[in-house]
Amino acid sequence: MVRVVDTPPAPTPAPGTPKGRPGIAHVWIMVGQRLALGLLTLFVVSLLIFGATELLPGDFAEAVLGQAATPETVAAIRRELGLDQPAPVRYFDWLGGVLQGDFGRSLASGNRPVADMIGNRLGNTLFLAGYAAAMAVPLALILGILAALWRNSVFDRASNSAALGAISFPEFFVAYILIFLLAQSGYFPSMARVPAGADLGERLYRAFLPALTLTLVVTAHMMRMTRAAIINLLASPYIEMARLKGMSPMRVILRHALPNAIAPIANVVAINMAYLITGVVVVEVVFVYPGLGQLMVDSVARRDIPVVQAVALIFAAAYVLLNLAADVISTLSNPRLLYPR
Amino acid sequence: MLHRLNRAGGVTRRTLLQGASAVAASGLILPAGMRAAAAEPRRGGILRVAMGHGNTGDSLDPATWDNAYVQVLSSAIHNYLTEIDTDGSLIPEIAESWEPSSDATEWTFVIRDGVTFHSGKTVTAEDVAASIDYHRGEDSTSAAKPIVEAITDIRVDGNTVIFTLEAGNADFPFIMSDYHLPIMPSSDGRIDPTSADGCGGYVLDHFEPGVEARLTRNPDYWKTHRAHFDGLVLMPIIDAAARQNALITGEVDVIDRVDTSTVHLLERAGIRIISVPGTQHYTFVMDSRADPFTDNNVRLALKYAVDRQDMVDKILSGFGVPGNDHPIGRSNRFHADELEQREFDPERARHHLREAGLDELRVSLSASDAAFGGAVDAAVLFAETAAQAGITIDVVREPSDGYWSNVWMVKPFVASYWGGRPTEDWMFSTGYAAGAPWNDGFWEHERFNELLVAARSELDEERRREMYEEMQRIVRDEGSTVIPMFANYVMAVSDAVATPDEIGANWTMDGFRAPERWWFA
Repeated sequence: MVRVVDTPPAPTPAPGTPKGRPGIAHVWIMVGQRLALGLLTLFVVSLLIFGATELLPGDFAEAVLGQAATPETVAAIRRELGLDQPAPVRYFDWLGGVLQGDFGRSLASGNRPVADMIGNRLGNTLFLAGYAAAMAVPLALILGILAALWRNSVFDRASNSAALGAISFPEFFVAYILIFLLAQSGYFPSMARVPAGADLGERLYRAFLPALTLTLVVTAHMMRMTRAAIINLLASPYIEMARLKGMSPMRVILRHALPNAIAPIANVVAINMAYLITGVVVVEVVFVYPGLGQLMVDSVARRDIPVVQAVALIFAAAYVLLNLAADVISTLSNPRLLYPR
Repeated sequence: MLHRLNRAGGVTRRTLLQGASAVAASGLILPAGMRAAAAEPRRGGILRVAMGHGNTGDSLDPATWDNAYVQVLSSAIHNYLTEIDTDGSLIPEIAESWEPSSDATEWTFVIRDGVTFHSGKTVTAEDVAASIDYHRGEDSTSAAKPIVEAITDIRVDGNTVIFTLEAGNADFPFIMSDYHLPIMPSSDGRIDPTSADGCGGYVLDHFEPGVEARLTRNPDYWKTHRAHFDGLVLMPIIDAAARQNALITGEVDVIDRVDTSTVHLLERAGIRIISVPGTQHYTFVMDSRADPFTDNNVRLALKYAVDRQDMVDKILSGFGVPGNDHPIGRSNRFHADELEQREFDPERARHHLREAGLDELRVSLSASDAAFGGAVDAAVLFAETAAQAGITIDVVREPSDGYWSNVWMVKPFVASYWGGRPTEDWMFSTGYAAGAPWNDGFWEHERFNELLVAARSELDEERRREMYEEMQRIVRDEGSTVIPMFANYVMAVSDAVATPDEIGANWTMDGFRAPERWWFA
């Protein structure tokens, strides 16, 4: 789990009313540059993943035969799948395919195209991540703002300790507690596997426990960052001015502090959303939810390199895109970045 | 085994956990009582099974089947030439009958009339020949290649298939029941290994590897008293707690690989534990070519330094049987019942050390949970008891990843397991014959190897029994494998599921045949 704690930027003056519109064009250029850099990142990631899987002991032939491996069958499998080729040849074969939009075929699943195997699971993963984010982000922001408003109050301490408590337990522990409380008593199913063709209500009902687990796990980070970013601003002179004008504390926070705290909050939300997409394999296993994490673990165990590569690229792309989105939001919220000198 | 079962009626959970010898005698434990077992099978219902195996890499190709999930799936979709019955005997399936030549090198199988595949095609002798042939040959990548290697020729004659072997083998029909060898439709002498078409009791509707398989009953199934469910849902749930939760909350009807340390949580109303002592056993293998294991006295000292009953109680929570340092299970036909059980005896261990000219012994034992669940704990337990005999065992925890390539058959003293084989010859020739690829102790014994070849082609039951009993004695006293325990297959079912009185012990899930043999009460 990646936990990066950003320090909030120095307080900025409230936005003025700049003339002209060069700022938006600047954002588009930034998006273009960042996407190009993102492609380069993906290329490097694919190289690293390939190199790392080469370093692992054993290959697909040995992994799939396990205890039953004999030298002849291992050699025959390698010959059939081209695993006897040198590593650079295999990598560039794969890269050539990807550049033409072909992610290759799984080694393990009887030559199934990788895109086929990933399609459904990517949908499941995004659904669960979206579901958890839809609960966690508003909850974290509201709790963070209220904690900043009533800082050092009982509410602040209680919500802080509750959130820190939830994040400190391992995910599977939170998951088992929820199963014990909510599934064994029959309120919610313990298996989140959604039957094909289920409607949205059914899907939301079945995936509730894993989404709740993830919500508990990610809320603390976002909430504390929201609280810290706002409290940091409350010491600045322009907030003091607002208070001296006689504004209510809530209005001070929402109108004056929050807009300037958007950048760090957007960053921490992006990191947590990326985590929801890429890091939830434990929750998938406990709730028997067929997502990408489980596929990735299975494929690494089996040395099914084309699948590992494709899933790794999806995970890397999620980080690249979400970080880009966070940066765009920070830029739009900060005139000094929007209109650089 | 039936008479053992009848004695099991009085076994309670308490006596069961106190003494695994009770488990050994009982054969089959039904703590929830014997209800629902004897009734006449009824048709209907969708059976939902959660298994502790299965992953996204599973495929329909029989050459790749390597875990219980695909093995149960394939036994539902497919039929085989022969079937191992619940009592361990061989019964006909697609083969109506079979006949050996006098030296057991040529076997003629008569193919059953009027059996059809799900696609409607009739099962022919050509299909049978092609299905077996698929695993043979230079380019075969099949995990079953070693077991069909002895076939030199497959010939079709009318409705019979004739197999010629390189040497006589009285157990050849047993080999034809192996889960890798389903009968599949062929064209031009080849089967399509990616096809889901079979002649078994259920038709595959939907298969998403690692997620689920859905099947419906084959309406034209030729067996009238089998395959009682209207449909099946098979799903892998790897996490033991998730599997148990699924059963408790009623999301599934059957689970396998019950975590024996939490089994008491399941023993509440509505859940029945099924525990079957089978052929799977856990081993500590010594490389007989490497010092100090070259000396049989050292090997014997280690064999006497294990407290087997303690290991069964602690590692298997009582769901197992102490091993006797040979790989033949009690459900096997020629198990040597009279062979004395080896007990923990530190004095004898010391005696054998002295015979070997040693005052003390220090060895490293490599273990990983890849070998079997609890292997590292079992190794530590072994080290504890061995210390009482003056033997120091340094337990080396190896990574699970790559265990079978980098540790097993590489390091001199390692933990391992065998799923077990239905026949004595199969087990011995896979793991103990000189030069066999999986002879993991690199053990060679002249008399043993002579007997192995002689018994293989011996068609007289009594003479075979004598030979196999002698071989079990040789492996026990001179082999290079410590076999401390046989692990039961432990499954749990909801109250709605009824099972026959006797449950197959050759593999988990009633010899993979639960979908065919069980029903809803």
